[in-house]
Amino acid sequence: MRRHERLIEFALFLCGLVSVGTTVGIVVVLTAETAAFFREVPVVEFLTGTQWTPLFANPRFGVWPLVLGTLLVSGIAMAVALPFGLMSAIYLSEYASPPVRRVVKPVLEVLAGVPTVVYGYFALLFVTPILQPVIPSLAGFNALSPGIVMGIMILPLVSSLSEDAMRSVPDGLREGAYALGATRMQTALTVVVPAAFSGITAASILAVSRAIGETMIVAIAAGQQPRATLDPRVPIETMTAYIVQVSLGDTPAGTLEYRTIFAVGSLLFLGTFGLNLASTWIRERFREVYR
Amino acid sequence: MTAGTTAADSAATDRGNVRRRVLDRLFQLVGLIVLAAALLALGTLLYSVLRDGMGRLSWDFLTSYTSRHASEAGILPALAGSVFIVVLTAAMAVPLGVGAAIYLEEYGTQSRMARLIELNIANLAAVPSIIYGLLGLAVFVRALAFGGSILAGAATLALLVLPVVILSTREALRTVPLSLREASYALGATRWQTIRHQVLPVAAPGILTGVILALSRAIGETAPVITIGALTYVPFLPDSVWSPFTVLPIQIFNWVSRPQPEFARNAAAASLVLLALLLSMNAAAIWLRDRYQTRRRS
Amino acid sequence: MMSRVLSCAGALALAVSCGSPPDTTSIRIDGSSTVYPITEAVAEEFQGAHPGARVTVRVSGTGGGFSRFCRGETDISNASRPIKTSEIEACRSAGITFTELPIAYDGLVVAVHPDNTWVDHLTVEELRRIWAPDAQGRITRWSQVRAGWPDREMHLFGPGVDSGTYDYFTEAIVGREGASRGDFTSSEDDNVLVQGVATDELALGFFGIAYYTQNASRLKAVPIDDGRDDNGAGPIAPGLETTKNGTYQPLSRPLLIYVSHRSAEHPGLQAFIDFLLTRGPSLIQEVGYVPLEDETYRLVKAHFDRRVPGTAFGNGGSQVGVTIDELLARARD
Repeated sequence: MRRHERLIEFALFLCGLVSVGTTVGIVVVLTAETAAFFREVPVVEFLTGTQWTPLFANPRFGVWPLVLGTLLVSGIAMAVALPFGLMSAIYLSEYASPPVRRVVKPVLEVLAGVPTVVYGYFALLFVTPILQPVIPSLAGFNALSPGIVMGIMILPLVSSLSEDAMRSVPDGLREGAYALGATRMQTALTVVVPAAFSGITAASILAVSRAIGETMIVAIAAGQQPRATLDPRVPIETMTAYIVQVSLGDTPAGTLEYRTIFAVGSLLFLGTFGLNLASTWIRERFREVYR
Repeated sequence: MTAGTTAADSAATDRGNVRRRVLDRLFQLVGLIVLAAALLALGTLLYSVLRDGMGRLSWDFLTSYTSRHASEAGILPALAGSVFIVVLTAAMAVPLGVGAAIYLEEYGTQSRMARLIELNIANLAAVPSIIYGLLGLAVFVRALAFGGSILAGAATLALLVLPVVILSTREALRTVPLSLREASYALGATRWQTIRHQVLPVAAPGILTGVILALSRAIGETAPVITIGALTYVPFLPDSVWSPFTVLPIQIFNWVSRPQPEFARNAAAASLVLLALLLSMNAAAIWLRDRYQTRRRS
Repeated sequence: MMSRVLSCAGALALAVSCGSPPDTTSIRIDGSSTVYPITEAVAEEFQGAHPGARVTVRVSGTGGGFSRFCRGETDISNASRPIKTSEIEACRSAGITFTELPIAYDGLVVAVHPDNTWVDHLTVEELRRIWAPDAQGRITRWSQVRAGWPDREMHLFGPGVDSGTYDYFTEAIVGREGASRGDFTSSEDDNVLVQGVATDELALGFFGIAYYTQNASRLKAVPIDDGRDDNGAGPIAPGLETTKNGTYQPLSRPLLIYVSHRSAEHPGLQAFIDFLLTRGPSLIQEVGYVPLEDETYRLVKAHFDRRVPGTAFGNGGSQVGVTIDELLARARD
């Protein structure tokens, strides 16, 4: 009987180990292929070059255009998601009646689960055609409409997590502010938001990480031209869209072409991983304050 | 202090109060508008897909193979592929995820290994899905030579949703009262017997809810399935785990990429089917959760 | 009692074992997106006539298709340019022999947005200036192409490097296969290029003629002047007629498929090729390419029946201005 129990515990432990194996797998695969990539391409060229044409006759391996494209779209997304998400969170947390909150929150969460390929459809075939008469020089593929749509997609994440952070601010603080004659707006802006600041920051960082890693919206609507520009009206290419573009063709293992997607993937992984760590760290600290 | 200045002061305070109250109202209004705008944007998304796709929805659309004629094309292989891959993903992710969660929650809570696994899962949950695609490409498609088969796709998606399954199973296990376990131990049951016969049955609805939500994520994923190489034109149903396949999101992506408006309408209609699938999965999860909560309360 | 643990272990085992995929009688096609509309149409009709058949078609580009073909992963490779020496070598070292079958003509279309009022035609020399490798980062505005054109940005769209269309275009225009600038929107999927050009007033792109005819109302085809009078003077517009009579030069070219000899032993695959060569001409016309003459299809069929190995294109790679009858004659010699 005892051996039997041990066996089961061990089997369950193995199940747990699979998740560690996944992380190890990701790190090993990315590291191995990236190391092979850097045997052929200098690290300095990859990180500082301003031209990304790895597949062409005169290959250039400067990842900067892809990074800039990613930052441009993510920046637009955050410009939409942060103000709208935070304002919604303040409203839901400080003003909305419980029934409103009970309806709106799940609705936002369900909509956040809409597949990104559908958001891509929306960006390319609804938002861009609507924006084109307003902005005449807007190309069919551009950074602007996928950025806006990505902002809409991330908005529920920002609002939901920020609202959680604001709701966990003890009511005593609010009551203290009210007792001093503060209005709800003053209470929200000068007491609740500062008290929930680390939670809000953690949510925002997580949102940035989501934006950087988002793939289908940009693959569908932003174009496939690596271009070091901050002009949101022209076709660009993000890191994720590049991986998709290469994957759609044939990717024979061992070629430089195959390795470029892992090199770009490594950069993407490091970026999002760093942001996730930062977000977790800030949230952990925040928890200690109110325990 | 004279009476005059007091009156002036209180008038100023009154004016200040009025201004503050007006500002407060204004702020509330802005908040309401912003929230409404957010909901409106999401509503517009649904509206645009409904408007474009509704006309194409029909029984034929669900049961036809894909075609070069947009008006004759259907989503049968993609729908079948999605169902097949989700079942296979569940077959891999559920035992692994529930097993891992049981270990973390019931066995290894103190060990350093458990703490490491825990940290690791939290981080995995936020890794972009396309990174899982690269992992699947290198490990399942190439190293293990699964090729672009349904098995490679399901294995990749299983790893992708594993953190979600583990996290939600742990939540469910945590709601099982300690007294239940203690009662079982008092009757001489072993730890596994307690888990198997007492804890799991009580936690089952909660676990199921989490599993459904995790699988609804798997069914909507596109990027990792593209990376492992799902096909463009698949005019048959998958019949084994080695079968080449396509899934709904890939079919939508293909149709969105086509410049003709008729194919865009197909993409919208396929999106509606995908959304309906997701919504019914979500509804099932919410229903389960509610039922479970009511039963526990009574 | 052990069931959960067993199924847990089972999932692990499933994920790592089970041997290699079983042999199937399916037909696997990959390669050029230019040829894709043809094989898609043929596969769809074939599927209707042979319900048990399993034909899959992928779009990896001509180069991507050949690299899979020469690894033995596909049965038929779609190509919009002839197989290259390096690819023949790859096939040979993997023990894969094949027969090359021309199936249609294509006229590569250079297209702009319908609202583009300034481009009336382009010369080969102007195209070369736009697409040459040294244009990268330098030729970025319309005014740099021809004096008098607007001083606005030019957005370029072209097939990716895995595409035979890219190889052929660079050979015909730049003069060296695979040599071009790299700062343009590139995709192995011609649909993406059409989408890009049709929604961008400043765009210029090129792709197979079928993709133009299917979207003709949303694009403007640019007549091309090759500077030679012996094959039609002045700018010639792309079209089925000018492609067929050889005046639309240098962008007319044959489309090909390559059939693996090992796969050709399957009766199912033989039936597919028969179907392609008999039903093909009407389908090819329908999707927007130029079919060969009926007599030529009979020659191609004979070619396949004798399993004539290798390529008729000598050194391999893109060749400009070759007719299919010449090719078949060469292969007979």
